[in-house]
Formats: sequence, C-alpha cells, structure tokens
Amino acid sequence: MIQVRDLKKNFGPKVAVNGVTFTVERGEVLGFLGPNGAGKSTTMRMVTGFIPPTEGSITVGGHDMVENPIPAKRLIGYLPENAPSYADMTVAGFLDFCAEMRGLTGDGRKRAVGRVVEMCFLEGVLHQSVETLSKGYRHRTCFAQSIIHDPDVLILDEPTDGLDPNQKHEVRTLIRRMGEKKAIIFSTHILEEVDAVCSRAIIIDRGSIVASGTPRDLKMRSEQAGAVTLRLVDGNGSEIAAKVRQVAGVDRVSIVSERPLAVRAFPRANAGSDDLARALGELAFKERWPLQGLQVEEGRLDEVFRRITLSDTKKEASQP
Amino acid sequence: MNNILTITKRELRGYFSSPVAFVFIVIFLLLSGFFTFMVAGLFQRGEASLQAFFTWHPWLYLFLVPAVGMRMWSEERRLGTIELLLTMPITPWQAIVGKFLASWAVVALALVLTFPVVLTVNYLGSPDNGVILGGYIGSLFMAGAYLAVTAMTSAMTRNQVVSFIVAVVLSLFLILAGFPPVTNMLVSWANPWLVDGIASFSVMTHFESIQKGVLDSRDILYFLSVIGFCLFTTSIIIRTHRAG
Repeated sequence: MIQVRDLKKNFGPKVAVNGVTFTVERGEVLGFLGPNGAGKSTTMRMVTGFIPPTEGSITVGGHDMVENPIPAKRLIGYLPENAPSYADMTVAGFLDFCAEMRGLTGDGRKRAVGRVVEMCFLEGVLHQSVETLSKGYRHRTCFAQSIIHDPDVLILDEPTDGLDPNQKHEVRTLIRRMGEKKAIIFSTHILEEVDAVCSRAIIIDRGSIVASGTPRDLKMRSEQAGAVTLRLVDGNGSEIAAKVRQVAGVDRVSIVSERPLAVRAFPRANAGSDDLARALGELAFKERWPLQGLQVEEGRLDEVFRRITLSDTKKEASQP
Repeated sequence: MNNILTITKRELRGYFSSPVAFVFIVIFLLLSGFFTFMVAGLFQRGEASLQAFFTWHPWLYLFLVPAVGMRMWSEERRLGTIELLLTMPITPWQAIVGKFLASWAVVALALVLTFPVVLTVNYLGSPDNGVILGGYIGSLFMAGAYLAVTAMTSAMTRNQVVSFIVAVVLSLFLILAGFPPVTNMLVSWANPWLVDGIASFSVMTHFESIQKGVLDSRDILYFLSVIGFCLFTTSIIIRTHRAG
C-alpha cells in the first residue's frame, strides 16, 4: 500500500530525513521509533503529502504523492502530532466537516460519524466545543477524524501521547484490530507500545533508518537476549557466580543484584540458551540453592534503542 | 467546487460561533452611520445620493477588513489544523478560495445590513439607485481586495496581530497611492505620468469612478486582479512554508 523510496528532506542546510526507504502492506502495523527530532514526524508529513520531499518517491495505493496527490490523499487517514482540531467547533460539527471533506454525504455521512463516535467513545461530548474538552477527548476527536472515511492507510503520529493508561490501552487495541485490514504507520517513543501493537518496527535516528525488523528481531539485538538469569532468596553472590562460571557453555557471568540475589549467565556464541537454563537448573538443585526463579531473557527493546541511538550521538560528540 | 463550499461553510460557522463576525458587523454599522450622518452630514447636504456614505468606506475597511481576515491562515497555523486541512483530498487552491469567500461573505452581509441608509435617501428624495448599486458593488470589490491582502499576510505568520498590522500597512499603501493629498504632493517633484501610474495601483482611483456611477470593466478588472494576485501569492507562501 505504501512505498517510500530514498526519501530525503532538507530544511535549509539542515538534513531532517536522509534516505529513508520502506514499504507497508495491508495487514501490517509499522512502528516508527526514534528519539525526538529524529525525523519521524517529518517522514510522516511527507507520506501524507503535507510537505513535499526534497528527493525520493512516495506512492500510496499506486498513486504518486507528488504527481497525483488527490487520489493518494483520499486513501489516507492522518492523525497529526498533537492532534489539532478546530477549537471553535463542536465535536459533532468537526466530525461532520471532516466527513464532508472526505466526500461523504447524506446517510453515509451520518453513519460514518455515528460509527467513529462509538469507536472513540465520544457520545458524551458530542455537542461540546472542542476547546472546552480535556486533552484525552481532544485527542480522540482528532483520532476519530482520521478513521471517519474508513481509510485503507492510516498514519498516526504519536496516537497515545497525552492519554491516560486506560485510554492508551483502548487506542492500542483499536490500532491492532484495524491493523488486520489496513496498512498502518504509527510513531511513538513508548517502547512497550511497539511490542503490543506492531508487526514490524523501524528505528530512525538523525534522519536515517538505523534498525528495522519485527519487535522480536529487534529485541534479539539486545546484549542480554538469550542470557539466563538465576534468582535466589539469598546466598553469597561471588561464590555462586564462581560456580555458575564452571557450567559448560557459559561465556561470562554478572551479578545483577545482591539482595535478593540475581546472577546472569551469558551463553557462548554457539551454545543454546535453553541448554544453559537446564544446566543451571540442575546445578541449583544439586547445590540446594534456595531457587526463586530461572529465566531466559528475551532481550529488551529499550536497551537496543538506547544502544543504537546513543552510540551515534556519542560518536559525534567525541569528534574534534 | 463542493470542497470550496464545504470550506466556506465551515469558515462561516467559525466566524459566527466566535464574536468576530458580530463585532465586525456592529462596529462597521455604527461607524459608517456615525461618519455618514454626523461627520459628512448626509441630511445637511441636501442631495439625494450616498456619496457621504461611500466616501468613508476605504478608510473604514482599512482597519475593519484586516480584523476580519487576520485569522484566516494564521489561526490554522497556530492550531496546527493546516496540517489536517492540507492532507485532506483537496487542492490548496480550493482551501484558499473557500476561506476567502467566507470572509468576503461576512463583509457582504455587513454591507447588506446598511440598507436603511438607502431607504432613507429614497424616502427623502429620489436618488439615482443605479449609482447607489454601483457604489455597493465597488465597495464590495474593494473589501475583497483588502481581504485578499489580509489573506496573504495571514499566511505569512502564525500571529494574528502581526498579520493584522502588515495587512493594514499594505492596504494603507493601496489607499495612499491614489489619495489626492498624496498625489498632489507627488506631482510637485515627479513626472505626471509616473504619478498617474502609481495612482492607478490605488483602490481610491478605481473606487472613486465606480462610486460616481461609472461601472467600468477596467475598474472591476483592477479589483479582480488585486484579489487574484494576492490569493496567488498566498498559495505560494503556503507552499514555501510547507516546503521548508
């Protein structure tokens, strides 16, 4: 549905986006990750046709966004950053206006407005003007606007920003459900969201894609992915660590915390973590350690994120 | 066309759900009444025409019209709704025209509401109603020209006050270039053809002749080209702003 090739954007001398390429098919939810100012919003603004790219091509549903923007824009629903809406309108008036702009008329328009009002839980504030609403409601109003024409492509810039935990959960569920039939791009800097919602994620840093893959793939890049953590009620940390180090397949051991004791064993490159976990379990049983838990680490997205995006800034800082 | 109308409708609703339109209409009616009857002395003139009424329009519009139009684009930029508007399946041109027409309609409504003054002169004497109609048409086009200037300045900034002030200054130039005291002063040191050339850029020159009842296509063409030029510039400003 969405094809983006070699996208570049300069604002004067500043390079905001530098050669971004990706595709999103129907049924996919693509998560955009990246530190603030990495170029996420700029990329999304180009995909939605709000700002023209300096270089590169964008096609949505086969229509080129630069050459033929109207049919391309028709396919897209867009929730901009900070969820703007006309402050002086009522929620009903605003949604009606957006539906009309999307070419919906008569009964179809009424039904479309009714549907999104229900989906986004807006019944209670329908006749209130937008400026009197709380941030959460304002956000949902703008979100409702983006899905009012049941678009094939949905582009959401930080859709859960400013929502309370319950609302966040609702929005995530909604995105995941819609992702079955639509092509969705959404940006966030909440990493758990990527896990909860995305089928694929891209990490953008300083205008370029620095990592991409399924959330699972990305987590595998984490240092602790595959490590086995041993938790004990108590015990002598260094003694236990020394014994763990003797186990076959252990590369190195670190003590994560002393009380309660947690010891982490990292497997050698060719050793499987499942075998390591079994061996450690047997060791704990044999030594009669007061075992509390034994866990194979999945890897952590925030660690991957930090390592990928921080290493770059450090590199730059150390340059003369 | 439908898109333009949708935008126009929304803008009109915006004008009337906030005090902007009411304040403009009331103040316009009060001031034009005050100047027509108290300052120009419509009754004392003893002539059945609305000369005393229309003379003030270029000056009244100078402050009131930019006040109507200043929010046209600056508010969209401040709220960020410009991002919604321009990612809808419409062309920027449709948005520009739709917004412009809405604000023009507000001014037109204010002009229509001055009908009691027409009734008054018709009751007191027998004026040439063709001339009066011409005056109204000229006044409406002049307001359109000011509004187009304001549309342009409001696209330049997210600050309504800046947009208002720049619009007033540009409109003042449009007036002064053909204002007799200024042209008389220019004549003393510049070529008459140059002065005429500058004056032909002024709304005064063109409004004056329409007001006299001469509905010349060149004058209408002048106002239309000011509107067209300013709206075109608006579209360029919006595009450059988006392009960064």
